[in-house]
Amino acid sequence: METYFLSIGELRAALAAGKLSAAQIITNTFERIASVEPHIHAYVKLLQESALAEAEQIDKEIKAGIIKPLSGIPIALKDILCTKGIETTCCSRILQNFVPPYDATVVTKLREAGAIFVGKTNMDEFAMGSSTETSLFGATRNPYDGERIPGGSSGGSAAAVAANECAAAIASDTGGSIRQPATLCGVVGLKPTYGRVSRYGLIAFASSMDQVGPITQNSADCATMLNVIAGYDRRDSTSVNIPVPDYTQFLGRDITGWKIGIPKEYFLDGIDAEIRRALNKTIEGLEANGAKCLEVSLPHTEYCIAVYYIIAPAEASSNLARYDGVKYGLRARNFGDLIDMYKKTRSYGFGAEVKRRIMLGTYVLSAGYYDAYYKKASQVRALIKRDFQEAFAICDVILAPTTPTCAFKIGEKIDDPMQMYLFDIFTLSANLAGIPGISVPCGYTEAGLPIGAQFLAGHFEEGKLLQIAAVHEQNAAFTKRRLRI
Amino acid sequence: MKISKAEVAHIAHLSRLDFTDAEMERFTHQLNDILTYMDKLREVDTEGVAPTAHAIELNNVFREDVVMPSLTNAEALANAPDARGGCLRVPKVVE
Repeated sequence: METYFLSIGELRAALAAGKLSAAQIITNTFERIASVEPHIHAYVKLLQESALAEAEQIDKEIKAGIIKPLSGIPIALKDILCTKGIETTCCSRILQNFVPPYDATVVTKLREAGAIFVGKTNMDEFAMGSSTETSLFGATRNPYDGERIPGGSSGGSAAAVAANECAAAIASDTGGSIRQPATLCGVVGLKPTYGRVSRYGLIAFASSMDQVGPITQNSADCATMLNVIAGYDRRDSTSVNIPVPDYTQFLGRDITGWKIGIPKEYFLDGIDAEIRRALNKTIEGLEANGAKCLEVSLPHTEYCIAVYYIIAPAEASSNLARYDGVKYGLRARNFGDLIDMYKKTRSYGFGAEVKRRIMLGTYVLSAGYYDAYYKKASQVRALIKRDFQEAFAICDVILAPTTPTCAFKIGEKIDDPMQMYLFDIFTLSANLAGIPGISVPCGYTEAGLPIGAQFLAGHFEEGKLLQIAAVHEQNAAFTKRRLRI
Repeated sequence: MKISKAEVAHIAHLSRLDFTDAEMERFTHQLNDILTYMDKLREVDTEGVAPTAHAIELNNVFREDVVMPSLTNAEALANAPDARGGCLRVPKVVE
């Protein structure tokens, strides 16, 4: 029986009605993985045995009348989330054999909600990248075109959802790593407000911006996933202790009278013409639903890349100091003294992009350069945050492109770091300001590549994002294309 | 040049990283490109702007000082490349 293409909502209904068992769903998911994974390489580890055992357990629960929000749903986890007893590598040689002694809070919450983990997904090493090409385990391929990148850093999670190798996936977003691959793979990705979801057990990259969120087939599944993972955690002192609404209640509500801000700085030259056309169509659709569009200004947009690529590497250089060959992970052989052991371990253990960011971060924090780079960037960050506060005083949500172009070819930008960084231009601002963002499919190019749009809202306004995403989905004037694979 | 090869070598030492000559050459070139781009920030007037380190302001997150369950010694050392007698082992530091 073929079930692999069903959404969380459809699987839940079939399980509740007794039309499907969890064991059937999981078995079919692994059949699907076996057939498409050689073309995609979304996973770095599969958990077939434990998944099947968990499915049998879930089926017993369902027979006993216990159905939890994600009972029997096949979920993939980005390999940056700690899973007790299961290798968690961040796709880096330095953590290749790391077996966490605990689960990330998000993982615990998903387990408690009945989710079944089918595997750990590929990513750029330590989430540093925009294409999933810097993974120790090799690149993931875009399900719509195998010669192209799936986006990054959560390319494995986005490709796995797009290719129906799981019902939904969990990923992380420090500068666009959920929204950007979701757009390039034609699926839905949500980066929650900083502090909405616990970071405990999420391997740290840039701690002031890292946030965990879902990648799903549609906005209703996204709301279901956010319901499960959101909330305060005493183990993450930056998680915020305010009530979590039922996000599914925002689905199906209309947006009559809403004001949608169109930031003029995001619609300048440099956006692909096909993307611009798809966004215009999205705007027309939302206006037909009773929303009004108005131009807003985010004057510091052009500085986002410079600010982000100072702050994120600065935090990364500090966070990655822990990989020293002492407590866990790789230790090099044939070293002399302690410093030599550190250097040989780190030089062998980290890939080129991670080293580049550690170097950049160390430089901008070093004596004599701190004020010119780190302090200056932190001040401009305050101005970027203020731009959004002023915009949200006059609009409900902001609509913007997620990427300047569609998925580029594997190898196209990998030797030019600055070109790769420029690709992040539309997603970084949400992380700098801590606001939530959702990316939703809004069409295809003539060549058949997915196009996405992103909605941004004020702090803790994920409900608004899901509400408008659901409206957009209903009236989107395109049909979701089936993959050729 | 924003950053010289000698400075890159110094930063590499602070970062506890070793590079070959060819890598050093490439990194110096790439870091110069990136730092030149960062000069954009000089255009922005930030006089009197308080730096933002975190997007969501949270101050003084306290908790009671109570003992909670945590990892056992064996669990904490399970991933260590070299552990003996319940401790992590490193090369001799003090003569």
